[in-house]
Amino acid sequence: MRNDEQPSATADVEEPSAAVYPPPGEAGPMRLMGWARRRLFNTPTNVALTLLCLWFLWETVPPLLAWALFNAQWTGTPATCREATGACWALVGEKHRLMLFGLYPYDEHWRPLIATLLLLGMLGVSSQRRFWRRGLALAWVAAVAVMAVLMWGGVLGLRPVDTTLWGGLPLTLLLALAGIAVAFPLSIVLALGRRSDLPVVRAVCVGYIELIRGVPLVSVLFMASVMFPLFMPEGVTVDKLLRAQIGIILFTAAYLAEAVRGGLQAIPRGQYEAADAMGLGYWQKTVLIVLPQALRIVIPPMVNQFISTFKDTSLVTIVGLFDLLTSVKASLADPEWRPFFIEAYVFAALIYWCFCFLMSRYSQRLEEDLMAGTRR
Amino acid sequence: MRLLNNRRFRAILYQVLVIAGTVAVGFYLVSNTLDNLAQRGIATGLTFLGREAGFDISESLIDYSAADTYGEALVVGLLNTLKVSLIGIVLASLIGTVIGIARLSSNWLLARLATVYVEGVRNIPLLLQLFVWYGVITALPSPRQALAPMPGVFLTNRGLRIPSIDWNPAYWLVLAALFAGLVGAFLMARWGRRRHEATGRPFPAVLAGTGLTLALTLAAFVLIGAPLALEVPELKGFNFQGGLVLSPEFAAVLAGLTIYTAGFIAEIVRSGILAVARGQTEAALSLGLTRLQVLRLVVLPQALRVIVPPMTSQYLNLTKNSSLAVAIGYPDLISVANTAINQTGQAVEGVAIAMAAYLTISLGISAFMNWYNRKVALVSR
Repeated sequence: MRNDEQPSATADVEEPSAAVYPPPGEAGPMRLMGWARRRLFNTPTNVALTLLCLWFLWETVPPLLAWALFNAQWTGTPATCREATGACWALVGEKHRLMLFGLYPYDEHWRPLIATLLLLGMLGVSSQRRFWRRGLALAWVAAVAVMAVLMWGGVLGLRPVDTTLWGGLPLTLLLALAGIAVAFPLSIVLALGRRSDLPVVRAVCVGYIELIRGVPLVSVLFMASVMFPLFMPEGVTVDKLLRAQIGIILFTAAYLAEAVRGGLQAIPRGQYEAADAMGLGYWQKTVLIVLPQALRIVIPPMVNQFISTFKDTSLVTIVGLFDLLTSVKASLADPEWRPFFIEAYVFAALIYWCFCFLMSRYSQRLEEDLMAGTRR
Repeated sequence: MRLLNNRRFRAILYQVLVIAGTVAVGFYLVSNTLDNLAQRGIATGLTFLGREAGFDISESLIDYSAADTYGEALVVGLLNTLKVSLIGIVLASLIGTVIGIARLSSNWLLARLATVYVEGVRNIPLLLQLFVWYGVITALPSPRQALAPMPGVFLTNRGLRIPSIDWNPAYWLVLAALFAGLVGAFLMARWGRRRHEATGRPFPAVLAGTGLTLALTLAAFVLIGAPLALEVPELKGFNFQGGLVLSPEFAAVLAGLTIYTAGFIAEIVRSGILAVARGQTEAALSLGLTRLQVLRLVVLPQALRVIVPPMTSQYLNLTKNSSLAVAIGYPDLISVANTAINQTGQAVEGVAIAMAAYLTISLGISAFMNWYNRKVALVSR
C-alpha cells in the first residue's frame, strides 16, 4: 500500500478509498471537499502553499492559454502575426516541411515521410513483448532496406539524394537508432572486457570507458569531425553524417557498457559457479548462461540510454548536420519570421518531449513487467 | 595443439593479441595522421600555445587581450567553463533539492506542479532549452528601454545588470571577522559534540555557530563605520555603465544548465528520501525527537548515502554539458579550442587539450565527491 505522502513517479496518488474517508452517506461534492481538506488544506503550512500555488497558476496559466490558443494566429503572414498579441502558429504551418525534413529536396518529401512512418510503426510493433521473436528481426532487416532505398534513392527510378541533404526528424531518429543499435554489441564486448580476468583486456576496456565518460559529447563530435579526416589514409573521405554517427556510437557504447556491466553484476555468483561446475567454457558460459539473464535486466536502462542519445543527437548541430533542431533553427533564417522563434522552438520541444516522455513511460512499464518473474 | 588448450598460455596469447591489435590500430592512425599533416603543411607539437592568439574573447576572469598567447586564451576558456559549472552546480543543487522535496509534499497541488517541472525539463534536449533562453534574453528590450523589475536591476538584450558593492579596503577586517567566526563556530561545534558525547547534554551547535559568525561579522562591519557604497548601473550613451554584469551568453548558459540539471537532481533527492524506510521516521518521532531533529539526525544522514553517488554523476554531467555553450557563443573551453583549431589547423592538439582538461575536471569532481561519500557512508562496526 503506497503511503499518502509519497506520490510515486509512475502512478497517480491513490484517492482515499470511500470506505475510509469520508464517512458513509456523504457523496459527490462533500467527498471532493473532504479530499481537498485532506490533500490541500490540512495544515497551516499547506494552506499557505496551496494559496501560493494557486496564485502562481492564476498568474501563468491564463496568459499562457491566451497566448498559445485564444489570441494565436493559425494562418497568415509575418505581418498579420506582428499585429496579433498571441502565438504565431502560422510559422509552423508555413515552415513545417523544412522543420521536419531539413534540406531534403522538396518534391521528394514523401520519401522521408514514409521512411519515418515505417520506422515509427516498427518501433511501435517492437515495443510489444508479444512480437519479440525471430520474425521481428527479419522484419527489421526488410524495413531498414526499404528505408535505405527511400532515403538514398538511385534505384527503382527514385532520384538519388546525397546524405548531405538528409535532415530533420528522420535524421534525428536515424542518428539515435543506429547509434544505439551499433553501440549495443560494442558495449557488450566492452562490459565483458571490463569484467575479464585478463589484466590487459580489462585495462584497455576500463581506459576506453572512463576516457569517453570523462569528456563531453561535443568534444567527441569535434574529434569525429575534425580529427577523423586526418586518421584516414590519403584519398579516403568519410562523409560528414557517417563521421558524426561514429562519434555518437563511440560515445553511447561507453555509457551502455556501464549499463550492461550493471546487468552482469546482478547475476548471482551461483550462476557462474554452476556453469563452471558443468564444465562450460568461457564463451559457452557467457553466451548461454550469463548474457541471456543479464540482458533482460539491461533492457530498461537501455531504453533510458536511448532517451539520452535521442536528446543528445541535437548536438550534431554543432558540427553542421541538419537534424531536427538545426532544421527548426534554419526555418528562422528568414528575418521576417525570426521574432517568432519561441513558436518554432515550442514545436521542436513538443516533438522531442513526446518521444522522450513516451519512451520513459515505456521503460518504467517494461521494468515492472520484466521484473515480475523475479519479484519475491 | 596441446599448448592451445593450456589455460594460462591462452590467457597470455589473448592479451598479446589485444596489445598487438591496439598498437597496430594506433600506429595506423598515427602514421596516417602524420602523413596527412605533412601533406597539408600543418605543424605539430604544442609550440603554438606560445604564439600570439590574435582573437578577442568577450568575457574573461583574468586580463586577456588579442595580443596574448593561445595558451592564455585556453586558460581563459577553461576558467569560463569552471565559472559557469561551479555556479550552476550550486544553483542546481538548491533548486533541485527544493523541487525534489516539493514532489514529496503532502500538498497535492505542489507535488503536481513539481512533477510537471521535472517531466517537462528532463524530456527536452538541453541544447534546445539553451537556444530558447538565449533567444529570450536577446529579445529583451535595448538598454534605453530596459526592464527594471527591481530598482537598480536592469534586464536588457546586452545582459543582466545588478548593483555592485564598491570595494573598501576596510572590508578586509570584515572578511577576517567572518573567517574568525567560522573557525570559532567549528571549534565550538567540536567542543559541543564532545560535551554531548561525554555528558549527554546536547549543544545547539548550528544556532550558536551561526550566531557567533554573524555577530562577529556585523561587529566588524559596525566597527569600521559601516561604509556601504552601492554602485548602481547607469545608462550612459547606448549601454549601462557600472554595477555587476552578466552577459546574455553567460546568463543563458547558466539558466539552461541550472534548470535542466535541477530536474535530474530533484529526482535523485526524491528517491533518496523515499529510500529511508518510513519506520525510521516513526521510530524517531516516537522517541520524542522534533520534526526538525528527525529530518536532521535520522532522515538526512541516511538519504545522503543514497543521494551522493548519483549526485556526483549529475555534477559531472553539468560540467560536461557546459560545453554546449559553444552553440550560443559563450567563450568556454570548447569554443576557444575550436577557434584555435580553426586558426592553426592543429586539430589533434586542440581536441586533445580540451579532452584532457575535461578529464582532469571530471577526475577532480569525482575525487572530491568520493571523499565526501566516504564521510557519509555507513560505517560498519
